[in-house]
Amino acid sequence: MPALLQVTGIEVGFDGALALDGVELAIDEGEIRFLIGPNGAGKTTLIDVITGLTRPSNGSVLFDSHELVGRREHQIVGLGVGRTFQTPSVFEQLTVAENLDLAAHHRSGLVALMRRRRGVTPEVAEALEAIQLADRAEEQAGVLSHGQKQWLEIGMLLVQSPRLLLLDEPVAGMSAEERTATGELIQRIAERCTVVIVEHDMEFLRRFARRVSVMHEGRVISEGSVERVRADPLVQEVYLGRSRDRRGHDPALDPVLAARAAVDASPPEETTEVGSR
Amino acid sequence: MGAEVVAGNDTAGATPDQSTPDQSTPDQAGPSGRRRLLRQAAVVAATAAVVVILPLVVSEFRLALLSKYLVFAVVAIGLNLAWGYGGMLSLGHGVFFGLGAYCTGMYLKLADAGSGLPDFMGYNGVTSLPSMWAPFRHAWFALPAAVLLPMGIAALLGALVFRRRVRGAYFALLTQALAAAFAILLVGQQALTGGTNGLTNFSTVFGLEPGNPRTTQILFFAAATTLAVAFLAVRQIVTSRFGRLLVAVRDGEDRVRFLGYDATRVKVVAFALSAGLAGLAGALFVPIVGIVSPADVGVVPSIEMVVWVAIGGRATLVGPIIGALVASYANTTLSEWYPDGWLYLQGALFVVAVVWAPRGLAGLADKFRRLPRRQPSGRPSEVAVGAASS
Repeated sequence: MPALLQVTGIEVGFDGALALDGVELAIDEGEIRFLIGPNGAGKTTLIDVITGLTRPSNGSVLFDSHELVGRREHQIVGLGVGRTFQTPSVFEQLTVAENLDLAAHHRSGLVALMRRRRGVTPEVAEALEAIQLADRAEEQAGVLSHGQKQWLEIGMLLVQSPRLLLLDEPVAGMSAEERTATGELIQRIAERCTVVIVEHDMEFLRRFARRVSVMHEGRVISEGSVERVRADPLVQEVYLGRSRDRRGHDPALDPVLAARAAVDASPPEETTEVGSR
Repeated sequence: MGAEVVAGNDTAGATPDQSTPDQSTPDQAGPSGRRRLLRQAAVVAATAAVVVILPLVVSEFRLALLSKYLVFAVVAIGLNLAWGYGGMLSLGHGVFFGLGAYCTGMYLKLADAGSGLPDFMGYNGVTSLPSMWAPFRHAWFALPAAVLLPMGIAALLGALVFRRRVRGAYFALLTQALAAAFAILLVGQQALTGGTNGLTNFSTVFGLEPGNPRTTQILFFAAATTLAVAFLAVRQIVTSRFGRLLVAVRDGEDRVRFLGYDATRVKVVAFALSAGLAGLAGALFVPIVGIVSPADVGVVPSIEMVVWVAIGGRATLVGPIIGALVASYANTTLSEWYPDGWLYLQGALFVVAVVWAPRGLAGLADKFRRLPRRQPSGRPSEVAVGAASS
């Protein structure tokens, strides 16, 4: 069976430097794939390429045998590829229900859109339950907490029933309980669609990852189960960087380093021992 | 058009999208659906009464002025759709207004000329009717063209510009330049357009005699009806899913693309509708005022249109109507005493509106109206709250 998403030889240059240098990635239908790597490894850029935000200078992205490179963003969404952003980007002036309702109607024609919304449709109601915002449906999204906005954003993807979900740091800035709840929500979502998660929260990774791809300097350098990636000397080298005296520890799996990485995540450039973001 | 019309309609227009009648929320306890219906009926009745009574009590001169203000209000609600709800600040709506006005003007000129040429062409040495003018001999062409031509040009401009993601100040400058170019073109092509004088001296207006009291009344009713229909249409658009989508595009155009919508198309449609309303207003303006000239369509009138919306309250339903009526009335009244006064006051009002009352008069009225009652907490009072800050 061919992979649902097949990324081949993607190159992206910014000001002469290559942000992506021939990325190869294959995601099968039904997978939850974690994408990790140090700062500037090109994880978000790769998601930008898949979703049409960034145009690569070379390479191809095949989704269910459709070439995505060259398509416009909304066309890619129409094919069933949804994404979130690092910072929650819900429509703050609209209510929670309106946000979900707009997401749910993205396949409607302009004429159909000229009708008013009456109440909530079943799929919006279902999403409201799933993201635990049913009692706040008629509030403006702007008043929600950070974590709730992230959830609303995931809910907006849910109602679109995509085939592939790309989540860019879905638990960034969340409390421990919120992270666990989000992980469980993502697991439930993954029963219905394929999920790719960019995440540098190591605790989260340990709990929820099955297959991991490691990116470094615009390439995928290692791929496989958590154990296999952990054992890969190349990954250790990349993650440890200059602090070689720590060799032997696996930062991705060491609870102490993981905790530190989570704490250090706020000033993103400073975490040398565990490259975050 | 009293303040009660304004206040009542605002609520009527803005609430339905918040909660549907069948799911009344605690803060609107009781039979809120029926009460709202009653209030809407009262507003409609009051408006209708005002429209019927005014022609009887106001002088013909004042009635003609009022008709002109109503026409401006049509422009304002259209511009509000693009700017208030869609975030597309157009400093060139005079172009679309002008296209509508010139389409009608050309028809009226040809209706006057009979089988001959419009008078100004004779002075300019034109001997045969330019082919551009020929189709405007027919009302069935000229009147639809007055709306469709501005819509087409706006759609074309929008498709070119929004696709390339030109927005904000760049879009405003571009439309302003368009307005300047349009006025210069009209002046320059004197033989075709009547130059600086524009199109005027109509001896008939759709078979009616200009200056006749009955004609003035008919035109007043036409303007009032057009405004009412335009208002209802815009209200439907704004409260529909498309309206929510337009607000979403205003606040996060890129995000909307990742929801699967073609944001460019949403903007093009809203901008074209907005231009169509300006064209419609232009088409009514000519018979009411009896002239259209480059001075009515250039940079200054285009900016005035923006000021109406800002003063009245952008992204509110009735605000732009109040803004256009109040500003135009103040303009006339003040100019009667002190010719330059209005210019200064208008500038000052614009600054005040932008700095202290981003939702304009409608926002202020809303604030005062809600003060005595218990403020429903955490409830989005209006679509517009955020428009102000964006």
